[in-house]
Amino acid sequence: MSALKSRDTLLFGAILLLLALISTRFPGFAAPSNLASVLTDTSPLIVLALGQMVVILTRCIDLSVAANLALTGMVCAMLNVAMPDLPMPVVILVALVCGACLGAVNGLLVWKLDIPPIVVTLGTMTIFRGIIFLLSDGQWINAHEMSPAFTGLPRTVILGLPILGWIALLMVAVMAVVMSRTPLGRAFYAVGGNPRAAVYTGLDVGRTQFLAFVISGTLAGLTGYLWIARYAVAYVDIAGGFELDVVAACVIGGISIAGGVGTVVGTLLGALFLGVVKNALPVVDISPFWQLAISGAAIIIAVTLNARAGRAKGRVILKSAEVTR
Amino acid sequence: MNIQTDAPVLALDGIIKTFPGVRALDQVNLSLYAGEVTSLVGENGAGKSTVVKILTGIYQPDGGSILLDGKPVVFATSQDAARGGVTAIHQETVLFDELSVAENIFIGHAPRGMFGLIDHAEMRRKAGEILGGIGAAIDPGVKLKDLGIASRHLVAIARALSVEARVVIMDEPTAALSQKEIEELYALVATLKEQGKAILFISHKFDEIFRISDRYTVFRDGQFVGAGRIDEISEGELVQMMVGRAVDQIFPKRAAVIGEEVLKVVGYSHPTEFEDISFTLRRGEILGFYGLVGAGRSELMQSLIGITRPAKGVSRIEGKITVIRSPADAIDAGIVYVPEDRGRQGAIIDMPIFQNVTLPSLSRTSRRGFIRLAEEFALAREYTERLDLRAASLDTPVGSLSGGNQQKVVIAKWLATKPRVIILDEPTKGIDIGSKAAVHDFMSELASQGLSVIMVSSEIPEILGMSDRVIVMREGRIAAELEGADMTPETLVRHAAGIGVSGAAA
Repeated sequence: MSALKSRDTLLFGAILLLLALISTRFPGFAAPSNLASVLTDTSPLIVLALGQMVVILTRCIDLSVAANLALTGMVCAMLNVAMPDLPMPVVILVALVCGACLGAVNGLLVWKLDIPPIVVTLGTMTIFRGIIFLLSDGQWINAHEMSPAFTGLPRTVILGLPILGWIALLMVAVMAVVMSRTPLGRAFYAVGGNPRAAVYTGLDVGRTQFLAFVISGTLAGLTGYLWIARYAVAYVDIAGGFELDVVAACVIGGISIAGGVGTVVGTLLGALFLGVVKNALPVVDISPFWQLAISGAAIIIAVTLNARAGRAKGRVILKSAEVTR
Repeated sequence: MNIQTDAPVLALDGIIKTFPGVRALDQVNLSLYAGEVTSLVGENGAGKSTVVKILTGIYQPDGGSILLDGKPVVFATSQDAARGGVTAIHQETVLFDELSVAENIFIGHAPRGMFGLIDHAEMRRKAGEILGGIGAAIDPGVKLKDLGIASRHLVAIARALSVEARVVIMDEPTAALSQKEIEELYALVATLKEQGKAILFISHKFDEIFRISDRYTVFRDGQFVGAGRIDEISEGELVQMMVGRAVDQIFPKRAAVIGEEVLKVVGYSHPTEFEDISFTLRRGEILGFYGLVGAGRSELMQSLIGITRPAKGVSRIEGKITVIRSPADAIDAGIVYVPEDRGRQGAIIDMPIFQNVTLPSLSRTSRRGFIRLAEEFALAREYTERLDLRAASLDTPVGSLSGGNQQKVVIAKWLATKPRVIILDEPTKGIDIGSKAAVHDFMSELASQGLSVIMVSSEIPEILGMSDRVIVMREGRIAAELEGADMTPETLVRHAAGIGVSGAAA
């Protein structure tokens, strides 16, 4: 536990350092309003990373999140074009349900057919993009076709922060409660930490993984609407390759790819770190190469820290060592 | 046909091996002769596997000497032992599915040709020679994954023989084989004898010991008991030598009031693992399950808690027919299972102690789907204190605890579910003598509090010292149910090994 907390502090320190460095070149950067916009820009990454975290905790991986986002976004956009007067809560509900169903497809394939998650989601990733093409005929849906209510919602500012940012914070809070205070959250850790022991404890490993995929899908669906509405455009290749950023955010945040280890706070910090690197560095004219290099280095450093934490857990055989601990 | 020589090829003289707290071997002797099969006989824990590890250079003896052709040698590594001509066929040899038979046989010591590259033609030829020598018609070029289990076993044997072996150790070679494969193995043993190899044969099955051995050596509790020619001893005498000890351990068995029937199992059958299992378990009772490794005891227990389902059979809990489809059902019905492999099947080491303890009891510490942390902590504290668990804080991950304390976490986890029946699979396997006594004491306490205990154990003193009743299993069936004065080491071994009872269930 203390090792995890210290690595969260380390990551938080790294984010502050990055912000400080940027501030030296662009003094207005650390202003609250600008930080709020960085948070808003990072919100889709945060929400997707929360879902990915749950999936990785159960020893799976979900590569289809970005495709799910794009498909659900397209569905919402087409719905808006067809029925511009549909109330926004209904649109959001449709996004959640659509995302959950797509996640459930992944989950069922992993649970019932026992196919490795990386294969399942690699397949569904392509299929989801294909479905978008079939639905839209490869056409774009542009801003002027969408209703003002549809595109305006994520950008509405409440207390200095757009709704998009508030939704990310709300999801962080919800997931923090789910992970630490519900039997399901506990099951995610147990199934990933030791699947065989989890079976003896009365947990259904496959069902738990299924639910992880449903959560991931639901959050991807929600992000789908928010993304499409914010950028006011929907097309086949939207958020292409974004799933890798999501996985990277989890890894940087200390989620163990081997399963069973990771926290909501770590995920949030991992996403924020990546968000600052991706969204803030261009503002101060740092070359794209450095962005890539910094994110890449962060991933490797994070994985090294994980591996070292794992090694330190060896057995204490010497009596004297036990005392000094 | 035997090549009779008076001097042994390989001999152990007064070998001592101690592990912290245990003297695994205490001045044991063992002689292996060219062209003869010597059976090493003894209960679990008698020191047989330690001897094998010393002979193959994995362990170093703390005293005594290894004599090869009468001259003292040191096997510092397993390569040394192989160079000395000692090779072992283990129960589960590691083979490589994607490699060819010849590659499997020669991996690590393949013949080299030009530029130090592997000489495939030579390797294949030699592999074919070795396979021919053991009468195996296997093409050295096929991939291992295309072979059946029996052929794989022959490849494992060929691999062992590829190092110019003079001494061949067979450690329970028939444990995983079918009857037909066993016959083929016997033929192979005869071939090896004719080639003048000295064979050390380790088995729990008396019929095969008497069928293929020329000599026997008996160990008991790490000590040499006796040796001689197999035709000069009877089965009964051998059993006597194996188990004939005064029970010197004192078991803390308390007299518990044995109450009404808690669990009744009728006609449990599984297509491949066990058949027609019926027994009853009463309140406050400790029911021992004895049998050889592979007799189907763990498989039966796993089906009782719903991990595998029996094809036939009924279980009644307190008189009511109860269908257990999953471990969750079993926990609800009050049956819990503490598995044998507690490392892999027990604790979740990255999780804090308190979360491990409460994992199966979360429904009790939750209100409206949310865990109440205070109640959860109280539950974890109650049971860890009952087990006298020493940990700095219940927040620390289980992985930071010692093995013994991890075990306490696992047991605390199951007791916290307030079970009616607790199944302990090999509860003291792999733990030191001090912790064993603590586990036995605890078991006794559970029974006296009215819990029913099923104890699966392969250790005769433990079974006899702790159980109120014993069920002996052999080859997936109940061989005998013993109580009171019938519970003796001899009867247990006889029923478990099937000596003189010819399959008749008592």
